[in-house]
Amino acid sequence: MDLNSVYTELIMEHNKNSRNKHSLEGADLSEHGHNPSCGDDITLELKFDEDIISDAAFTGSGCAISQASTSIMIDLIKGKSIEEALELVETFIAMIKKDIKDPQELRKLKDAMALKNISNMPARVKCAVLSWYTLKEALNERN
Amino acid sequence: MKSKQEYAVKENSLSDKFAPKYKDDFPILNQQINGKDLIYFDNAATTQKPESVLDAVDNYNRTINANPHRGAHTLSIRATEAYENAREKVKDFINAEKSEEIIFTRNTTESLNLLANSMEALVEEGDEILISVLEHHSNILPWQQLAERKNLKLKYLYPDQNYRIQLSELREKLNEKTKILSISQMSNVSGVINPVKEMIELAHQNDALVVVDGAQGAPHLKTDVRALDADFYAFSGHKMLAPMGIGVLYGKKALLEELPPFLKGGGMIEYVKEQDSTYAPLPEKFEAGTPNVEGAVGLQAAIEYLEDIGLDKIKEHELELTEYALEKMGELDYVEIAGPTDLEDRGGIISFNLRDIHSHDLATIVDSEGIAIRSGHHCAQPLMKFYQLNSTGRISFYLYNTKAEVDKFIESLDKVREVFGYGS
Repeated sequence: MDLNSVYTELIMEHNKNSRNKHSLEGADLSEHGHNPSCGDDITLELKFDEDIISDAAFTGSGCAISQASTSIMIDLIKGKSIEEALELVETFIAMIKKDIKDPQELRKLKDAMALKNISNMPARVKCAVLSWYTLKEALNERN
Repeated sequence: MKSKQEYAVKENSLSDKFAPKYKDDFPILNQQINGKDLIYFDNAATTQKPESVLDAVDNYNRTINANPHRGAHTLSIRATEAYENAREKVKDFINAEKSEEIIFTRNTTESLNLLANSMEALVEEGDEILISVLEHHSNILPWQQLAERKNLKLKYLYPDQNYRIQLSELREKLNEKTKILSISQMSNVSGVINPVKEMIELAHQNDALVVVDGAQGAPHLKTDVRALDADFYAFSGHKMLAPMGIGVLYGKKALLEELPPFLKGGGMIEYVKEQDSTYAPLPEKFEAGTPNVEGAVGLQAAIEYLEDIGLDKIKEHELELTEYALEKMGELDYVEIAGPTDLEDRGGIISFNLRDIHSHDLATIVDSEGIAIRSGHHCAQPLMKFYQLNSTGRISFYLYNTKAEVDKFIESLDKVREVFGYGS
């Protein structure tokens, strides 16, 4: 296992200084996500303008993978419609499950592609997908 | 040149000679993980098996295997003998009075669930159950559910600033309503050993029954259930060199006779009629279904192996490693120990965090150096909450660990800091 392929600069940067980690005043929706077996714990807050995600942020605690994954996800979904965001969630989860063979399909994940190598670390997959499942839950509530 | 004192310490160091002598008995330890010699520091979760245990299980399966207690044929009789010999061994191991006081279960969790289920017959609405915040989830949830079913109060003992539960705390929480005290012999997070003997004495003065969770105790501490006067004592084979899936519940005979059975089915009956049945005597009453005979045989071999070396010597070795690791970790300013740093009343378990690094990242990175450690909440969420920790890394020692391994582990911590871009 090559640690550098997992703890990439991008992930370390998002983990250390996430601009997305704060509470969101006047949020329309708040969703709690938790990995009971390891204690990763996040609260995702979302603001909507009609069906567009106008702002998002998170609070909580967890490992570098979970924190970076959440932060990168927030960068990606801001300004997207609920439908677009849900599609990105599905693509991300499919990437981690190694269900997508064509790398072209992953391009829309942008920075989140940096988490692709987590798919080779079964023990850490749940850290990477936590925020994405939390977002899915939140958006399905909103719909 | 070494000073005389240093030399003396080295000469007297049991650990330097101790573990290498036994490590070769464990084939699994002789391998590389991620290109590095395996260092196994997750013994509080499960331990490895020596050749003698592997051979005993293999021999049982190759030459003896049959359903015990049921057949008239030779193999069934031999399987019964093997199973009952193991029970006898366990009885002697914890110095129980009678072999029918030894119930084989799957593990500590099942033993505790059996008790919380069957002890329902002994409690009434308004009674109190006392446990501690140190407990593993398996010594919390069964009692929580019993409390819910019967409308009982579940109360907690809390440790002091030095991570120990004081007897004064127990005195304060015990009252005439306390029917059950269930307490771990050793914490699986901080490694603290509870003053179980004194606790039992106090609880008995209040007519409460005492359950001791020996999951971390039995593998490391010479335990005498009669000297402790424990009413019940539970432990797992796999944390003491035996296979997974074999565990033990000890209970005083009169109490076990009083309790109704837990699981029902084959092997635990006397007469079965269409509408009602009578149960087999102890221990079969609590052993429904075909038992794990190969597990019991493995447990016997594990006990023989441990007794051959001596639990006291193993404990001494573990404490030497603990002292050494605490000293080395204490030299690193980024290490925060989540537990006591003294050696009083403790076993070879150290929970800790590296500043600004989550324990899962820590475990992943030291794994890349071939070092197996545990990370997370260690099935003790109430304790983690009490100490306001999200998670910790944990190292835990057994007889085959060495000081050289501790050195490599300490080196790997610098690597963890490096990966995260902190200076070491």
